[in-house]
Amino acid sequence: MAEKNDNNKNLLEFEKPLIELFKKIDELKKVTDIDMTEEIKMLNKRIETLRREIFSKITPIQIVKVARHIQRPTTLDYISLMFTDFIELHGDRNFSDDPALVGGIAKLNGRSVMVIGHQKGHTTKELLARNFGMANPEGYRKALRLMLLADRFNKPIISLVDTPGAYAGITAEERGQAEAIAKNLREMAALNVPFITVITGEGGSGGALGIGMGNKVLMLEFSVYSVISPEGCASILFRDATRAPEAAANSKLTANDLLEFGVIDEIIKEPVGGAHNDHDLAAKNIRAAITKQLDELLRLSPRELIANRYQKYRKMGIFTEG
Amino acid sequence: MAKLSIHEWFVRKKKEDNRNTQQPQRLDIPDNLWVKCHQCNQAIYVKDLDANLKVCSKCDYHFRLSARERIRFTADEGTFEEINLNLKSTDFLEFSDSKPYSQRIEDAMIKSSLNEAVVTGKGKINNLPVTMGIMDFSFMGGSMGSVVGEKIARQIELSIESKIPAIIFTCSGGARMQEGIMSLMQMAKTSATLQRLREQGVPFVVVLTDPTTGGTTASFAMLGDVHIAEPGALIGFAGARVIEQNLRQKLPPGFQRSEFLLTHGMVDMVCHRKELRNTLSKLLSFFAG
Repeated sequence: MAEKNDNNKNLLEFEKPLIELFKKIDELKKVTDIDMTEEIKMLNKRIETLRREIFSKITPIQIVKVARHIQRPTTLDYISLMFTDFIELHGDRNFSDDPALVGGIAKLNGRSVMVIGHQKGHTTKELLARNFGMANPEGYRKALRLMLLADRFNKPIISLVDTPGAYAGITAEERGQAEAIAKNLREMAALNVPFITVITGEGGSGGALGIGMGNKVLMLEFSVYSVISPEGCASILFRDATRAPEAAANSKLTANDLLEFGVIDEIIKEPVGGAHNDHDLAAKNIRAAITKQLDELLRLSPRELIANRYQKYRKMGIFTEG
Repeated sequence: MAKLSIHEWFVRKKKEDNRNTQQPQRLDIPDNLWVKCHQCNQAIYVKDLDANLKVCSKCDYHFRLSARERIRFTADEGTFEEINLNLKSTDFLEFSDSKPYSQRIEDAMIKSSLNEAVVTGKGKINNLPVTMGIMDFSFMGGSMGSVVGEKIARQIELSIESKIPAIIFTCSGGARMQEGIMSLMQMAKTSATLQRLREQGVPFVVVLTDPTTGGTTASFAMLGDVHIAEPGALIGFAGARVIEQNLRQKLPPGFQRSEFLLTHGMVDMVCHRKELRNTLSKLLSFFAG
């Protein structure tokens, strides 16, 4: 858990106007002879107001920064806050266990579910151990194994997406990164059980989609989902990575944009200033949204679930004909 | 003629030089009689090259084919009927990099003489019916946007309805960034239709040609019942530059080439273009028989 004054240190570039207020609070807290509780309360209120104001005008590239915040809850954080009786299941049974993609059995409001998700971390050490949430082929194959396990025993699947992308490396290519993702896409289309995807942070391209073909796709308010990172897009199309803000705006990667395009089904509200400011509340909001969607999907038969998912993805695309 | 300043002379000279260096790549221009092999630099007479299925007779380098050439070299003469040729891309994101996407589409149509980066239809190979999807690199690098995804999905649906095997010749740099998330969704769409094809027991053969990368590889290109790669084709998920940047090391020779994929079990065979039609015909005959 973050320490007390972490709020101050965790501020993003565009939240700078808040720094002065946090500094004042820190100073007031040092005062021991007079009771400053009221003053601190007022300052906190001002922080919240100002934060709301800043976030009401948030730009796409700023949302990208929030989505990547190092204190943003990870999949394992959410699992411990949203589910009970979680038991992690490891390995793809072919090559190894990928720490960048985790999964296991759990209970959601007493109901058995399978949960899978990309795993990042809150420190450099954790991030390195998790390969920054960039899964290898064995990660996608483990995810598929768990999804098929759930399918066989008729348990709903929840996937939590938070990855910069599938890992790009020599060994990943050797072991068939493309094949692993492609196979997941095909198999996800055939799952007989309710399947809900939540984009919790970064929805990085094929690496995200590789576990993201839910019947319902939900997105946290300050998460992003795109075919390429703004930096990648800028360096390829503009030949200049510093033009990422422009690329972020052009690519329409925010939850609002994607809801408009019908790519996602619902936006989940985040605590003021982003999920990293209140892990509990963020988890509570996601749990409520998943519970509601799951209740609806549970009314559908396996055949209807497959047809519903097929139609959702079959109709994706904008073009003219004639 | 007006006198040229030195600067103007240099500009003109540079333009001429550029034209000269670009010419060898434009294989489709009829008055361009000789081309240089990209691999061994051998000068080849265009008509000889065409007669040799655009393979260098000296070093076996496989030149990239346009969709029309691929059809001509693969399908029985006069059997190919194109479908869905009037699907066109729109610039729904109003996406602009150095050029607006709408302009890029127009330019690509002129450059490739195609409406999009894939041509789909049905035809026959050695008298056996197939549906065919042929990607064309000259249309925005064969990138997959809504139209490519839709045409492939419809091709697969045609295969499902008529129980005819599907063949796709991949040639694509990956997802089309100018269509943002919609290009990513084409991976889901095409893969979902292939799930149905599979359930219906209709065969699907992929011929991977140079280059096949990114979102195209990570969807329909890797979902064939049989994968055939043309010699020396670049096939992979991530671009070499991205991997090099990640790892800060040079990539081994032959990395992500057809032969590398064969060694690592991702393709069934590397097939010389001269043998391709015959191989496809044998495969189709296997499934039919």
